[in-house]
Amino acid sequence: MTIYLAGFSHLIPFAAGHELIRQRRQHLTLCRATPDLVYDQMIAAGVANRVVFSYAGNPGVGLLPAFRRAVETGQIAIDEYTHFEMVARLEAGAAGLPFWPLRSPATDLASYHAHHTVVCPYTGEEISTVPALVPDVTVVHVQAADEQGNLYVEGLVGEMREAALAARIVLATAEKIYPAGSFRSARSSLLLPGFRVSAVAAVPFGAHPSYAAGLYERDSAFYQAWTAIARDAEYCQRWLEEWIYGTENHQEYLAKLGQQKLDMLQMGEPHE
Amino acid sequence: MNSRDIMAIASARLLQDHQRVLVGVGTPNIAANIAKRLHAPNLVMIYESGVIDAMPKKLPLSIGDGTLVDEALAVLPMGELFSHYLQTGWIDIGFLGAAQIDSRGNLNSTVIGPYTHPKVRLAGSGGAADIACHLPHTRDRFAPRLDFITSPGHPRHGAHPDGRGPWRVVTDLGVFGFDECGEMVCLALMPGHTYEEILDHSGWQIPRAAALEQVPEPSSREVQTLHALYSTLPGGGK
Repeated sequence: MTIYLAGFSHLIPFAAGHELIRQRRQHLTLCRATPDLVYDQMIAAGVANRVVFSYAGNPGVGLLPAFRRAVETGQIAIDEYTHFEMVARLEAGAAGLPFWPLRSPATDLASYHAHHTVVCPYTGEEISTVPALVPDVTVVHVQAADEQGNLYVEGLVGEMREAALAARIVLATAEKIYPAGSFRSARSSLLLPGFRVSAVAAVPFGAHPSYAAGLYERDSAFYQAWTAIARDAEYCQRWLEEWIYGTENHQEYLAKLGQQKLDMLQMGEPHE
Repeated sequence: MNSRDIMAIASARLLQDHQRVLVGVGTPNIAANIAKRLHAPNLVMIYESGVIDAMPKKLPLSIGDGTLVDEALAVLPMGELFSHYLQTGWIDIGFLGAAQIDSRGNLNSTVIGPYTHPKVRLAGSGGAADIACHLPHTRDRFAPRLDFITSPGHPRHGAHPDGRGPWRVVTDLGVFGFDECGEMVCLALMPGHTYEEILDHSGWQIPRAAALEQVPEPSSREVQTLHALYSTLPGGGK
């Protein structure tokens, strides 16, 4: 099964990723432009056997230790693109077309996956293509949803909309679910209409340790701490035991984080 | 002042006011934010996360930070930024980091060792596109032959005809450009470093410009700006 947890640094559906770990899912193909910590954790937990991606870094910190280990030891297969190619694959999926044309640079990446060009029927120009990416399920996390499943987002949207529209099934977690029609006047922040969304769950702090603009900041301390946790395979398993397998659900995970931590993230870290 | 700080300041000076720059992760991000606060207040900082004309109050830790969005002119879906702005040539200059570079300015930020059996698996391309680049200067990094071409430099025969392709490379030892054949040339030395040192730390003989210049020491204003930026980081930076 092919899964896409969407969101570029912002609104990453961590709670959904953690639940996939708790349910001990296996053999998933995980797609994300930026695997980020969420896929590093899922890879460490043995959820994935393939990762489709374009930038496997820990934003502002460095690399992803579990991903590195799994690739360097051949434990997972990878299917790698540039960001532009990755979003172009989603554009094709979202538009219901088999491929997407783009002016893509000649790099060594092209030798590691099928790379075809088309000849423009109007100008004769040869243009690169990428194949459509159609996830079985895309999960998005949003600041707000209404009872009809309409999803609303503020701030960076990254590839969320294309990743959702490309998928057969869209699942959403939302910081809060409001009465139907609450955001009729805020239509420019609509991410997806409810009819394109299969299910929505209210999951406060569902993006922790990433952030939700206007609600809480990124837990930068955790992003920095992750390198030391994940670099050591045993330490990493202990972390998963304690924080994911050892918690019944996301509420327990948040309770373990503690109200003080959540308050601090909501207020933003003090400056000056 | 460590060597990264001096690299950040030297490359900040290469950015011009009113330029539209696609800012990469790491040192380029620090450099662009210095330029914006000094000689290039109208620099249009664009981030591949979709942010157009960012005016961050704090030094963003990454290119997906909320501080980039707060006062930005626009936040676009990533696809729109790549398709409608980058692909169509509306961005003047790209500013990237990399693990390795060769004499044509090809960059590697993907893998050290063979791709299928990597010694070190790096982050990969992300949005690496138009290029100005930035890296510590060692023999491993200035390689006659790259392990992997992530971002293309000048074509094998001659330089890019229309001014595209890599323009400047900044390292802890010097500043480099490219001649009319698309080969790298040393243009200037960083404070306290020599051309001989550059040869010692490069995997091929990089030629020097006829008039080799000295990069001026960071000014007190540049140093103050950098420290003010660092002080906005969580915990006051370091």
